[in-house]
Amino acid sequence: MKDKVTLVVFSGDFDKALAAFNIAVGAATMGMEVDMFFTFWGLNIIKKNKGPIKSKGIMRKMLNAMNRGGSKRLHLSKFHMFGVGTWMMKRLMKDVNFPQLEELMALAREFGVKYIACTTSMGIMGITREALIPEVDTLAGVATYLAEAKESKVNLFV
Amino acid sequence: MTRKGDVTLDCVGLYCPMPIAATARKIKELQVGQVLEILADDQGIKEDMPAWCRVTGHEFVGMEEEKGQYKVYVKKSK
Repeated sequence: MKDKVTLVVFSGDFDKALAAFNIAVGAATMGMEVDMFFTFWGLNIIKKNKGPIKSKGIMRKMLNAMNRGGSKRLHLSKFHMFGVGTWMMKRLMKDVNFPQLEELMALAREFGVKYIACTTSMGIMGITREALIPEVDTLAGVATYLAEAKESKVNLFV
Repeated sequence: MTRKGDVTLDCVGLYCPMPIAATARKIKELQVGQVLEILADDQGIKEDMPAWCRVTGHEFVGMEEEKGQYKVYVKKSK
C-alpha cells in the first residue's frame, strides 16, 4: 500500500497555500498518496477565479463579496499592504523562477493529489459546488478526513 | 572521476519542489538501470535528492559539486 499524506488546509493565506502545495507536490512526486482537505478560509484557494459566487441571504452574499477568494486573490499573512506586499512577493518568486501558486496546483494534479472540500464550511459560508474549481474530487466531512488521516503517516494542519 | 548519465535533466535556476518534481516526471521516460543526470544549483538538492531516492526506491548513485552547481546521478531501479 502507498504511504499516505493528509493535509488540512484551513488557512486561505497566500503564503500558507504555497507551503501546503509545496508539501503536497513533494509528497506526490515521492510516490505518496496525498489528500488535501480544504476547510474554512482554505476554501478560498479552491474557489474559481472568475464568475460570481451565488449564495442565498444578505449575510452570505456580503461575506462572499468581501471574501471573494480564488487562487489569484489570496493575501500574504504578513505585509499584504493592500495588495502591494503580495504583488511584490509574487514578483520575487518570479525573479527566482519559483512557480506561481496556480502552477504548483497544476503540478499537484498532474501527480494525482486529491482535493476534498468541507461541506460544513461550504454550508455556513454559502459556497456551492459551482463556486469551486472543477478539480475538487470530493465534498465531505470530518469522518472522511479522519478516516484518511488515521491511515496517513504524515498529517498536517496548515 | 566523472560520472555519466544516460539522460540529462537541467534544473538550474529552479527551487524546491521543482527539481524533484521534474526528476519524478523525467524518470518515467527512462528504462530500468539507466542513470539520470540532474543539473541543479539550489543547495537543497544535496539533502533532497537522497531523501527522494530513499522514499521512491530509486538508487542515489552520487553527486558532484562545483562552484555552487550540482550534478546528481539517480539510477532508475524499478
